[in-house]
Amino acid sequence: MTKHTQAYVAALSPTQRRIAQVGVLFVPIVTQVTDILRVGSLAFYYAFKKPIRWREVVQQSFFIGNRSLAFVMIVLGFLGMILIFQSGFQAKRIVGDLQGMGALYLQLLFREFAPTVTALMLATRVGTGIAAEIGSMVVTEQVDALRMNNAEPIQYLVVPRLLASIVMTFVLSCVALCVAFATGMFVANTVFEVNVATFYNTSLLEWGDLIIFSLKALAYGITIPIIASQAGLSAFGGSEGVGTATTMAVVNASLAVTILDFVLSGVGYIFFFS
Amino acid sequence: MQALSPLKLLSRFGAAFMEVAQDVGGMAVLLYKVIRCFFPPKLDGMETWRNLYKVGVKSAPIVVVTAMLTGAIMVIQSGALVAQFDAFGLLGWGAGFATLREVGPIMIGLMFSGRVGANNTAELGTMKVTDQIDALRALAIDPITYLLVPRFIAIVLMMFLLTIVGDLTALVGGAYTGQVLLGVSPSLFASSVIEYIKLEDLFNGLFKAFTFGVAIAVVSSHYGMTTSGGAVGVGRSVNNSVVASAVLIFVLDYFITSILH
Repeated sequence: MTKHTQAYVAALSPTQRRIAQVGVLFVPIVTQVTDILRVGSLAFYYAFKKPIRWREVVQQSFFIGNRSLAFVMIVLGFLGMILIFQSGFQAKRIVGDLQGMGALYLQLLFREFAPTVTALMLATRVGTGIAAEIGSMVVTEQVDALRMNNAEPIQYLVVPRLLASIVMTFVLSCVALCVAFATGMFVANTVFEVNVATFYNTSLLEWGDLIIFSLKALAYGITIPIIASQAGLSAFGGSEGVGTATTMAVVNASLAVTILDFVLSGVGYIFFFS
Repeated sequence: MQALSPLKLLSRFGAAFMEVAQDVGGMAVLLYKVIRCFFPPKLDGMETWRNLYKVGVKSAPIVVVTAMLTGAIMVIQSGALVAQFDAFGLLGWGAGFATLREVGPIMIGLMFSGRVGANNTAELGTMKVTDQIDALRALAIDPITYLLVPRFIAIVLMMFLLTIVGDLTALVGGAYTGQVLLGVSPSLFASSVIEYIKLEDLFNGLFKAFTFGVAIAVVSSHYGMTTSGGAVGVGRSVNNSVVASAVLIFVLDYFITSILH
């Protein structure tokens, strides 16, 4: 609290102070959300404006895509095995028939797990990466140097990351889907003795599943770099500030992914699946 | 990028392998050193208390929000299936089972690793690069008992407790979504949960939460204590820490799931 706010709070009546105590909890949330919206709208404004640094876009795609590939594949591979393990034992106990498992699993991967878990992993891997990079540039005054050279930091730094992330989130979600399905198939085949040909069953897939998959991947791909960049750009004060910024990036990005997942799943349910 | 000769490729593979081996070994040694401090217990009371507050109370809102959304998402995803078979009595079982056993601990673990693990690495990393840990050693204060053991206790205990809170809020969120979206009354949801879900399912999830807590504590402390190279180094080690925690959460989850069946 600054001196000014302290004097302001001291002048309040007890009832007003109680209201202020509740309101003060929402101040950081509101400031962060408005700042994220500011960075986001500026990034979109500059994304449709020349010049775009295409070379940097390719480089960022390499960092976001290729460097996260192994990580996403390991995590989604294990996730596929876990999901089939759990659902297999339950289905065996209650239904007793595992023939329809593959079709249901594929549908669930499209609707929920492939895009969302990939995005959560990218929020940790790419989100912290972007926040750490931009945050260290801010605390070493490189971003101020950009401004002095009449280069808008959001155009110069955020737009390439945004474009790269939109493409790479979609690509990595597709890879994740294939990996998770393959490992699930492996467990179903070895543990539950479900035939590979029976497991590979696309009869339950609809266009709605594909649309939800693409919408989710697009939404996550836009949200993660913007939130991470905002966290990086708001860093201040040496190495401690960089640490705080990276923590903020991963928390905000994961939370945003969860909220978007909830909203998009609800929208998908109402429009396509009910 | 230029083409790689086979020898160069092999040496690059070896270097990556050595790096991983170094990290795994470092974590094992760290875990051993921390555990040794419990026999007999050697730790700083005030610091433990402070960490319990910082780790537990400060992460409670985010865990509650995440868990509630997770429960809601589980109900939405199983909704189509339940409506198709007209099996509204099974909604509580499906959503509750998935949340308690699998998705709840994973989502809360990921959130916790982002909120607390990253913060822990950033804090320890900043202390390391600003030579504060060397200063502690110079004052004859053991950094393990003063810094790491309190954090370890706080993270493991609070992950366990927050998973209990999270499980409950996830079920509440699921019941509410079921009512709004599918017209399943909360009492039917609750009776379905009580009838089909065994205590064993809850304990399975809580055991996972405990394991994830240990993993997050060890990984984040290790990467924090091995930070080097100023502000850039702190950012890099936070990145490594959250990535390693996420991988470990999924790998451990797989092994626990497959062994306990």
